[in-house]
Amino acid sequence: MHIPDGYLSPQTAIPFVVAMVPLWGIAVKKVQSEVKKKDIPVLAIGAAFSFTIMMFNLPIPGGSSAHAVGAVLLAILLGPWAACIGVSTALIIQALIFGDGGVLAVGANCFNMAFIMPWVGYLTYRLIKGNADNLSGRAMAAAFIAGYVGLNIAALFTAVEFGSQYHLFQAADGTPLFFPVPLKVAVIAMMSEHLILAGPVEGLVTAAGLWFVGKNYPAVLAQRFSNGVKIDDLGVEKHV
Amino acid sequence: MFKSYRNLWLVLGAFIILSPLGLLATGTAFGEWGLDELPGEVGFIPAGLERFAEIWTLSPLPDYAIPGMDATFIQSAGGYILSAIVGVALVVAVVSLLYKVVRD
Repeated sequence: MHIPDGYLSPQTAIPFVVAMVPLWGIAVKKVQSEVKKKDIPVLAIGAAFSFTIMMFNLPIPGGSSAHAVGAVLLAILLGPWAACIGVSTALIIQALIFGDGGVLAVGANCFNMAFIMPWVGYLTYRLIKGNADNLSGRAMAAAFIAGYVGLNIAALFTAVEFGSQYHLFQAADGTPLFFPVPLKVAVIAMMSEHLILAGPVEGLVTAAGLWFVGKNYPAVLAQRFSNGVKIDDLGVEKHV
Repeated sequence: MFKSYRNLWLVLGAFIILSPLGLLATGTAFGEWGLDELPGEVGFIPAGLERFAEIWTLSPLPDYAIPGMDATFIQSAGGYILSAIVGVALVVAVVSLLYKVVRD
């Protein structure tokens, strides 16, 4: 899902970088006010976990590969803005040090995997979990579905971003200038891989990771989703 | 940093050691083909793509490998594990530093 340089026209890639700047600004502010100092190791480890999970390529029949991202787990543990910082850090380091994902394309990649994915996953989780206990079967099912949905929506955004280039940017003779595959083909290829294989893996990673943290460090979850008190997305404690 | 979340660090360490499993999937992900793979995948290299594809060439560990060390699976696995260690160290350092900077 890491879009390389050259696949997006600069007219597409640069606006994504510009769009990420205020989002990163908000994210830094939220982490500053919401994430306690003692939880910073969880954010750092979570971001590093996301980095390594993306190295576990899953073979796709037909000679392709895909991978999970780990962004939804981080969003459930520490909130979607903290996940944005953690996953963006991993993606920027992947682009600069390992050439995985483009440097011009890093805005689009962060938008898909560090903004859309954690938010979609987090909202899905909250919607399904409701008031169930943090380690209940319902919460685990919510985490699985949240991971599955979050990764697939991110894959859809990615497919539309590069697939649209085929139609938007062509030379005078009609040959594509950037991404050379039509939108429809790109969407079908990306979605089949992620719906069938990478999505379930993301779901498992999300649910298993949540269970592991909840069992070993219940305080991390308790402070976000505790008895009647929840910290809403604006960082205000709500009594419900 | 390390003591209070020991079990999470242990899991992260296990992930680093197991990372070469990711090398078993040898296919390139859809839409991530390099300039060398594009002719085989789509038949040609689009002009604009070629112009911007190699805008960044300073990656010290391109494709999670030590340059020139990819002849055998053992070499690739070594490069992959080294990449995981370097990546994890950088990510942890950047997140921690960022928090320090915005806090003070």
